[in-house]
Amino acid sequence: MTELLIKNGFVYDPLNKINGEKTDIAVRDGRIVEKVEGGRVKKINASGMIVMPGGVDIHTHVAGAKVNLGRMLRPEDHYKDVEPKTAKTRSGVGYSIPSTFTTGYRYAKMGWTTVMDPAMPPLKARHTHEELNDIPILDKATYPLLGDSWIVMETLSDGRIDECAAYIAWELNATKGYAIKIVNPGGLEAWGFGRNVRNIDDAVPNFNITPREIVRGLCKVNQLLHLPHTIHVHTNNLGKPGNYENTLKTMQCVEDLAHDSRPQIHITHCQFSAFAGSDWRTFESAADKISNYVNAHNHVTLDMGQVVFSDTTTMTADGPFQFILYQLTGNKWVNGDVETETSSGIVPFHYKRSSYVHATQWSIGLELALLIKDPWKILLTTDHPNAGPFIAYPKIISWLMSQKARERVMKKINKKARRKSLLPTIDREYTPYEIAIATRAGQAKALGLKNKGHLGIGADADIAIYGLNPEKTDLGKNPRMIRRAFKHAAYTIKDGQIVVKDGEIVKSVNGRTFWVNVETKKVSVENRILREKFEKYYTVQYDNYLVPEHNLAFSAPIQVQAEV
Amino acid sequence: MTVFLRPKYAFKVPVNAQNITPDAFVSKTIEEIKMLEVFEGNKRRTLGELFEITGEDGKSLEETRIQITGDLLKVKRIGEAMTSGEIAIEGDVGMHLGEKMKSGTITVAGNAGSWLGAMMRGGTITVKGNVGDYVGAAYRGSTKGMKGGTITIHGNAGSEVGCFMRKGIIKIYGNAGQFVGMHMHDGTIFVQGDTEGRAGASMTEGKIVILGNAASVLPTFTIDDVKKKVKINGEEVQGPFYLFTGDIAEKGNGKLYVAKAKNPHLGFYEKYL
Repeated sequence: MTELLIKNGFVYDPLNKINGEKTDIAVRDGRIVEKVEGGRVKKINASGMIVMPGGVDIHTHVAGAKVNLGRMLRPEDHYKDVEPKTAKTRSGVGYSIPSTFTTGYRYAKMGWTTVMDPAMPPLKARHTHEELNDIPILDKATYPLLGDSWIVMETLSDGRIDECAAYIAWELNATKGYAIKIVNPGGLEAWGFGRNVRNIDDAVPNFNITPREIVRGLCKVNQLLHLPHTIHVHTNNLGKPGNYENTLKTMQCVEDLAHDSRPQIHITHCQFSAFAGSDWRTFESAADKISNYVNAHNHVTLDMGQVVFSDTTTMTADGPFQFILYQLTGNKWVNGDVETETSSGIVPFHYKRSSYVHATQWSIGLELALLIKDPWKILLTTDHPNAGPFIAYPKIISWLMSQKARERVMKKINKKARRKSLLPTIDREYTPYEIAIATRAGQAKALGLKNKGHLGIGADADIAIYGLNPEKTDLGKNPRMIRRAFKHAAYTIKDGQIVVKDGEIVKSVNGRTFWVNVETKKVSVENRILREKFEKYYTVQYDNYLVPEHNLAFSAPIQVQAEV
Repeated sequence: MTVFLRPKYAFKVPVNAQNITPDAFVSKTIEEIKMLEVFEGNKRRTLGELFEITGEDGKSLEETRIQITGDLLKVKRIGEAMTSGEIAIEGDVGMHLGEKMKSGTITVAGNAGSWLGAMMRGGTITVKGNVGDYVGAAYRGSTKGMKGGTITIHGNAGSEVGCFMRKGIIKIYGNAGQFVGMHMHDGTIFVQGDTEGRAGASMTEGKIVILGNAASVLPTFTIDDVKKKVKINGEEVQGPFYLFTGDIAEKGNGKLYVAKAKNPHLGFYEKYL
């Protein structure tokens, strides 16, 4: 029986339309309740502080085979950032690919309590869940990569949508996944044969299908299955100049599937998909074009993929893109092919202020966030660790909230990039309310997590308190203060327990793993057919492929009733 | 103004002593220096528990001199990232000495361990005895080795001297192991004695001069010329030398000078000139 009362804080709870009002928040048994009484209630005095729901991260590579390979590839990354053990925490290492425990602690220290690993090859599900089990404090989920699966492409190209839906439902259950992740649709399959697709209407080699059909098909499947999140799309041609047209086409291709103004597609790390120009010399920002489209349509959500100038590690399922990145940098690299499902790649990368391309990328992320008027549509991420490690979130928050902070960076970046950047023309500064949307409420809403991202009655008691007084401080003029406050949360509360106090871990609790248990009306997929596919295509047996629920240390299934 | 350190006992497990630097000692009383943190194995200790500390510190970084006497073979990371001042070691010392140092002077009267001056940016390190592997190298996995400064070794050095070196000078008056100047991007390495071969593997720029015997020259190097002498930091070294360029496998344009006198087995290259 833990009871908490958070008194006198400035509460920012956008899902319940509370904008900085002084309200008390009561917690009992890990849930927000109307009130708590009695002498045993632990009171937290939050006067002069900001109270927000615990942070949610829609897209962060924190676990899985690829992340672990990245750790092995980069001993020099860990060497410079070592965390000794304390009485409450285990030892670990950073920097761009922190060890599992360190990942949990560092997120919690910033006030984040829920994270989503966005790229799990279904074949590596067991490994991914083993790692998720080891990430303390945070609630987690993971999206299986389904856009290049042979079975998906076969069923979609034959127009067997129901069958594809049944397969996806089975796959989400088999891998304990949360949403449909599509990476470079069709391209990863082509990469298995040394090829790629360059456009949403290119044919996928060996399959009678185009990326457009894959995206549309899976969007329909997503609707049929009533999944909480939309399809989560990493576009074709990512990271190449001129790719914004393809991004627009990808968003347009599901326009007619939208109804009741609910989002139908999530374009992830959009910064990497908002490049104009025909080569790296003529490369420039297309953030204005993307944001114009997004401002006029309601069926899209985006996340930033904000570049932070640092030495980081890029890792995606987009094998062909990673190969190009290797050719550009000459760095060490890893590239993998996951049988009939997907591919992957890892290349260490250093974003430099002095580079025109990198500085422009930095600018694009912020331009997107500032030009898209509705903060519910653009969420804060760095696509950790691709554009920068997640520990840079406080820095990004300060850039969003303070023009002064942006100008300070602008002075140091590449001159040509500075000249071409749209940022000097934008004077918008995020309010704490908008930050709460971009980092928590909007993310939880896009993910369809009902008990996260808000502080209403019945919500999970995941709360972050930051030592920042919006009444006394002019936030726009004090970016350093913002950064300091968000770097070390005054309190982080997870499931009603205080886990962080004054930026230090005081208690390590366990987090759950969410997954979607889809109940289909028909028998999911005919078992015999699937077994045949496994015999024919896979190196593992059907029975070994399934991840049983007891493999998840703290399983939290979300029941969903499908239409088919 | 010198602070004297002497180990109180023979260390059995590695000691992580990144706090033994002029930067950590400056403007501190001896009592304060004694309270600095070191790790002996996985145990947190104070410097005073492991060392007898006497003397007087300098008021400024430049004036601060640290003299350590005794067997320090188990002591790692002395002088890490130091920016000024001087460290003198009367005896043998362990790994990672002067790693990432930016400026200042380190002298060792005995031998030193591996990773000497790894990733250093500037300053001077002089070792009278022998050293281990990876002198002036990059940390495992990193491609950013030594970026400046001078390392002088009067004894022998181990393998992979100057791995991923980007600038600066390494002089070895004894012999060196395999892979001298591996992955070298720039800078100069001079070996007065013999090397065990494979010098300059994967080098792209920079200069390696071998005065003694070079067991072999990699097939990815081409003979360019025979030079009478070569300049190292303004000093002339008399040859004649075979000049090889490579590593072609990396499209490199590094220069490998091998003395003609000690390497009659390379004579056949002359017919390709």
